[in-house]
Amino acid sequence: MSDNGMRDIAIVSFAQRQQAAIPTESEVEFMVPLMAAAKDAVGLTQQDMGFTCSGSSDFLAGQAFSFVATIDGTGPVPPISESHVEQDGAWALYEAWVKLQCGDVDTAFIYSYGKSSPGSLRDVLATQMDPYYVAPLWPDAFAIEGIAARMLLESGKVSERQLAEIASRSRANAVSNPHAVRSELKTVDEILAEEYLADPLRPSDIPASADGGCAMVLAAGDRARELCDRPVWIRGIDHRIDAHTLGARDLTTAMSASIAADKVGVNDDKIDFAEIHAPFTTSHAVLTDALGLGEEVNINPSGGPLAAHTMMAAGHIRFGEAFERIARGDGDRAVVHATAGPVLQQNMVAVLEGE
Amino acid sequence: MGKERTAVIGVGQTKYASTRGDVSMAGLLREAAYRALEMAGKTWDEIDAVVMGKAPDFFEGVMMPEIYLAEALGCVGKPIMRVHTAGSVGGSTANVAASMVQSRVHETVLTIAWEKQSESNAMWALSLPQPFTTSVNAGAGGYFSPIMRRYMAMSGAPDLIGCMVAFKDRQHALKNPYAHLQQHDLTFEQVVESPMLWDPIRYSETCPSSDGACAMVFTNEAGGDAHDGPVAWIKGTAMRSESNSYGGRNMVSPAASEQCADDVFAQAGIHDRRKEIDAVEMYVPFSWYEPMWLESLGFAEKGQGWRMVEDGSTNLEGGDLPVNTSGGVLSTNAIGASGMVRFAESAMQVMGEAGEHQVDGCRTAFGHAYGGGAQYFAMWIVGATK
Repeated sequence: MSDNGMRDIAIVSFAQRQQAAIPTESEVEFMVPLMAAAKDAVGLTQQDMGFTCSGSSDFLAGQAFSFVATIDGTGPVPPISESHVEQDGAWALYEAWVKLQCGDVDTAFIYSYGKSSPGSLRDVLATQMDPYYVAPLWPDAFAIEGIAARMLLESGKVSERQLAEIASRSRANAVSNPHAVRSELKTVDEILAEEYLADPLRPSDIPASADGGCAMVLAAGDRARELCDRPVWIRGIDHRIDAHTLGARDLTTAMSASIAADKVGVNDDKIDFAEIHAPFTTSHAVLTDALGLGEEVNINPSGGPLAAHTMMAAGHIRFGEAFERIARGDGDRAVVHATAGPVLQQNMVAVLEGE
Repeated sequence: MGKERTAVIGVGQTKYASTRGDVSMAGLLREAAYRALEMAGKTWDEIDAVVMGKAPDFFEGVMMPEIYLAEALGCVGKPIMRVHTAGSVGGSTANVAASMVQSRVHETVLTIAWEKQSESNAMWALSLPQPFTTSVNAGAGGYFSPIMRRYMAMSGAPDLIGCMVAFKDRQHALKNPYAHLQQHDLTFEQVVESPMLWDPIRYSETCPSSDGACAMVFTNEAGGDAHDGPVAWIKGTAMRSESNSYGGRNMVSPAASEQCADDVFAQAGIHDRRKEIDAVEMYVPFSWYEPMWLESLGFAEKGQGWRMVEDGSTNLEGGDLPVNTSGGVLSTNAIGASGMVRFAESAMQVMGEAGEHQVDGCRTAFGHAYGGGAQYFAMWIVGATK
């Protein structure tokens, strides 16, 4: 038990796959090896899992009840205790964390996936908007972020050069990440020379769209210590949402991210690095401020979503990236963040610590 | 330290109808949420988190609608989650919301499930062509009818048991002002003579397509004790899933159904299911699923569930195990909400708040939902006392 009366819950294994497009495999086909890898790493089978939860989107799969096919990949025979969120897998992790806090199970299996390459994600995401007044105008996701980006630049909080620096740094960080789909080095001046894609956003400012997914095992207390050498404890986790109506909030800030960061005590101790789900350079800039991350914090050592962005798993993968880094000793305390909705509408923040 | 005792202190439903053209999706949800808050004596400020459920996003064509609905649900600055477990989703959503309180992560949570089917074409949404996959092209009735036929062959049940279930539920619906179908002049003969859709299921033995929402407010033990009004205490929650097709799968009584029931009855300390449960709200979108689930859930011996229908045991009037006194899914099916309605109606029974369809002296009630190819299950048991 920790000080706040919560159980100690840790990430004990993780597996991921991301590539620019996976054209010849279905979601079930590419998830089965990942599910197996995450379980094998800790020597567990599906029947050892106290609870299972997944995150995905029917709209990406182009099919109602799409997750019903993917559950077969877990091998749910005999039956399993299971649930699904129509959200990024970070929220599936949250549901499993709550279930573990209830105390009736000690292990949980979480997976998430998305395959956006068959469609145009920036157009598909327009269907997230207010269905009566906004979605019929079919505003694409880059255009909406472009509006927010223009407001951010005009607020003076950040410059186009600073955005290009974020993009350049992501590419450099991603060189060592085998799952990155965008890691060619570019200087700030090279990025600033790119044509606008959605004024003032350039191609390097937008997420590196990928297909893929991830799988993860959580365990409580001593069970976690039995399963791996260095469990990575979830010291705090919280999520909040902002207003949906773009005109009803200040797009140059992320109030909900700040509340969540405060709830989990992001700045109560030294942060070794952060993995934030910032799809755009602009969201990176806004989040750095909203989460109170100082200049000394290494943000997105994996390259982040600018290097590989698998819709519905990108937030979950931030947890996995932080787990792997801490598990191998490249840091002890990390901040993890996941987002959903247009312009950072919904935000989850967690603090992870090594054993 | 065990789980926190959790209480239902508010239930709210919309009037269900084939088309609720008078409200937007946001307006529909607010209608249910406000009624739940009013009964709970709570304001939005006192709600710590919202857990939302609904069936496929394609039904309304809105991707992840919790994003759009955040303001309407008073969520700005708060947590909101979205559960989706096929047809069982309303039940699963309630269970996930309950776990938010049981785990002591939150003190007071609002849960809500909904569907606005009039803003969509469900058959289109369920029939999107997929590469390398054969479409059933038969709808849910076509999928489930051979399983019902199998049950009839195994149990030797008389042909009109399904009609008896449908007629009973439609009579019960007349006592529930929120129910979609209000067929005052319906006769048993009309049910029997209605067109055969998917043999053995006739038109009057299947559910309607509804707009509607259902919400509940949950709170912790101290909140339940302090509540000035009716309370339903959650005695057990369980969810189980299994593969839709594997060799040896019993589609009449799936293993996931039986294991989920065993789990939830054990949590509630119930040994004689038929005697100790006073009211049942189960997910019956096609009439024959009532006798089938009575057996699968352990209320009847295998092959004997239909006898409870035949002798009136499941009727509100005179039955010892009244089933779906609200009218059930056969009278109202706002798909994403349907599971939560079962849970909410069971809570209303033990609160003594079910109005004309109240089961006299109801102390313990069972709520049930299923989904997918009868492969997803969510159940709970609620009681009038801790």
